[in-house]
Amino acid sequence: MSRNKFILVNQADNVLICCQPASSGEVALIDDKKYTLSTAIDVGHKIARTDLNSLEKVIRYGVPIGSATTDIKAGEHVHMHNMKSDYIPSHTRQAKAGE
Amino acid sequence: MLGYLRQDGNKGIRNIVVVAYLVECAHHVARTIVSKVDNEDVQLIGFPGCYPNEYSLQMMEKLCTHSNVGGVVLVSLGCEGFNREQLAQTIADSGRPIETLVIQKCGGTKTTIESGVEKAKAIFQQIQSTQKVDMSVADLVVGTICGGSDGTSGISANPAVGVCFDKLIAAEATCIFEETGELIGCEHIMAHRAETPQIAEDLVKCVEKAEKYYTIMGYGSFAPGNAEGGLTTQEEKSMGAYAKSGASNINGIIKPGEIPHKKGLFLMDVVPDGDPMFGFPNIADNAEIVEMIASGAHLILFTTGRGSVVGSAISPVIKICANPETYKNLSEDMDVNAGAIIEGKATVEEVGEEIYQQTLMVAKGAQTKSEELGHKEFLLTYKTFENIGPSCLR
Repeated sequence: MSRNKFILVNQADNVLICCQPASSGEVALIDDKKYTLSTAIDVGHKIARTDLNSLEKVIRYGVPIGSATTDIKAGEHVHMHNMKSDYIPSHTRQAKAGE
Repeated sequence: MLGYLRQDGNKGIRNIVVVAYLVECAHHVARTIVSKVDNEDVQLIGFPGCYPNEYSLQMMEKLCTHSNVGGVVLVSLGCEGFNREQLAQTIADSGRPIETLVIQKCGGTKTTIESGVEKAKAIFQQIQSTQKVDMSVADLVVGTICGGSDGTSGISANPAVGVCFDKLIAAEATCIFEETGELIGCEHIMAHRAETPQIAEDLVKCVEKAEKYYTIMGYGSFAPGNAEGGLTTQEEKSMGAYAKSGASNINGIIKPGEIPHKKGLFLMDVVPDGDPMFGFPNIADNAEIVEMIASGAHLILFTTGRGSVVGSAISPVIKICANPETYKNLSEDMDVNAGAIIEGKATVEEVGEEIYQQTLMVAKGAQTKSEELGHKEFLLTYKTFENIGPSCLR
């Protein structure tokens, strides 16, 4: 079996980081449990390690990197559509996010 | 390794002639001089504004007397606000050959270009006899920056630079990390590494200043490409960026143009003091690179996930690619492939050692990819800083 495409950066984290492009429908192994990805995930992006409630802190590097804006299921893509900064809003070329 | 010995005792790893325009109106003439001389060691820098500004004058003084610079040609239009006399005097006092050309007194574009080409070539010839002396890692000042970061930066290239920084500091070099706007969210973690309680307090204060400033600007230090690469928030980007600083004690805070007063690790506070006056603290990565060079950086370790291609005038830029996909796409622009960490083919320690070895080779004269490709970007804009020093944040 090839190396897991998703890595845990810090034991306290509730997200995993994608290290190889993964396709929608692919099975990801999270803490020895299998989850089917509902979207494609690119390198550098995050998926939830556990179910997250809305407003729960998202933890990476062992520290909060923002808050969930909706409930997020384990294995789901965690990004601008479902979390936001606790400091300054991020932006894309089209719009500001998480305001 | 050997360095070019300067009058102040500092040693350079390059021997550059800078041609500096002192207002945008003189930019074309200065650029044409540089392109006609067509020598990689004759490089263009400059300041575009016509209004006087203490920061930009101080920056130009530090840049024109940088240890990698051997001589200078200043190109003035004639009526601009830049204090060319003070700049020329500072350069002359440093023992460097300096020529000032004033377009309005030289008979216009054509004759100024002709004269500038002649003078730049003459200064280049003159500084070929600069004495070369033994130089050690302890003489080096190394800066680091990240640009075009993505979700891989904070787990590959940035911590690998951190390992390299720890090695450099152990060998008594001076290291600079910066962009307090990209430390928002890690100020309290960072404060634990401060050498003294006062520095800890100042570290927190300068990040709080950055947060306030960027909030007024309406955007954090966060680009759309960061999000495309998997970074979601300012604080996530910050935690990744912070990894570049390694694990050594933080020995102090400096402002752009201030030379660290001792060896060790320094945070550069790049966010202006007082009410926001001139817009974003740094409008693009090269403005930050220029500020670290003005504080003495001989070379810059530049980490990138999305794939920045820039270099810099005056000091070489070593490009460390965080993302293996980006590395495949842009390998000709990258000096080190930290993406190997993401692929499980190398450890952070191994890549950190590779960056350290690369730093030594470039200091000994090896060309970086950005140097080979002719990248010599330069960016200097208006800023305001209050007095530099231990109490600068109060």
